[in-house]
Amino acid sequence: MLQIEKIKEETYDTLRLLGEVDASNSVLLDQAMQEVLQQGTRYLLIDGHELSYISSAGLGVFMSYLDDFSEQGIRFAIFGLNEQVAEVFHILGLDQLIQIVPDKSTAIALPHVS
Amino acid sequence: MCPKLNLSCQTSALSELRSFLQQNLACYTLSDVERHQVTLAVEEVCANLIIHSHACNPKEEIQLEIKDSCEKVIFEITDEGIAFNLLEYEVPQIKKVVEEKRKGGLGILLVRKIMDEIEFESKNGKNICRLIKNFPA
Repeated sequence: MLQIEKIKEETYDTLRLLGEVDASNSVLLDQAMQEVLQQGTRYLLIDGHELSYISSAGLGVFMSYLDDFSEQGIRFAIFGLNEQVAEVFHILGLDQLIQIVPDKSTAIALPHVS
Repeated sequence: MCPKLNLSCQTSALSELRSFLQQNLACYTLSDVERHQVTLAVEEVCANLIIHSHACNPKEEIQLEIKDSCEKVIFEITDEGIAFNLLEYEVPQIKKVVEEKRKGGLGILLVRKIMDEIEFESKNGKNICRLIKNFPA
């Protein structure tokens, strides 16, 4: 089960992921990312506090946007991952490509790198 | 008796697979992180078979059996679809995945990094993939 909540704030958009992302529902994540992008976000945050599981299908969705983000100068960060889920990003070295931080306030305070 | 699961070839069956693994991995001396990773690796192989070898046909099945010895746990995944040899698959460079905006390829990379040994055999139309995880010394 995956639920996605979209939260729009002044300078950033947050997608809050609740549950598990796998090959059966990663398309929902893709759609949500696409929508936020089309609405012209400048800073996209993923809130992973309630994300209990993510397989390569979900990781692949994030990966497929990284190029667009850097081309369009869109900032992107993931925060709040639990230890198990964070470790999955780490195994693949995705934490070298994506800003992964402990909490929202750290994410918001990140310096703009482009 | 080794725990066995017959999985229908549809992606909605993956959550059932995770519960089965969660239940049957609880007795092993693995950390929470290791248990999570092993679950992920087994799911990645099954998801691959469901999608690529069986084209998500819910009438077809793959079988998972969990075997163990004192020092390791073995996940034996058997199917009768198009043979997919994990060992021969060339895993992509992460950089390539980003450049080509491809959404696949990461799963097999995860399996190789998580598991200690991978075996594959295919005979008489039956494919067996064994994923082996050693217990921490």
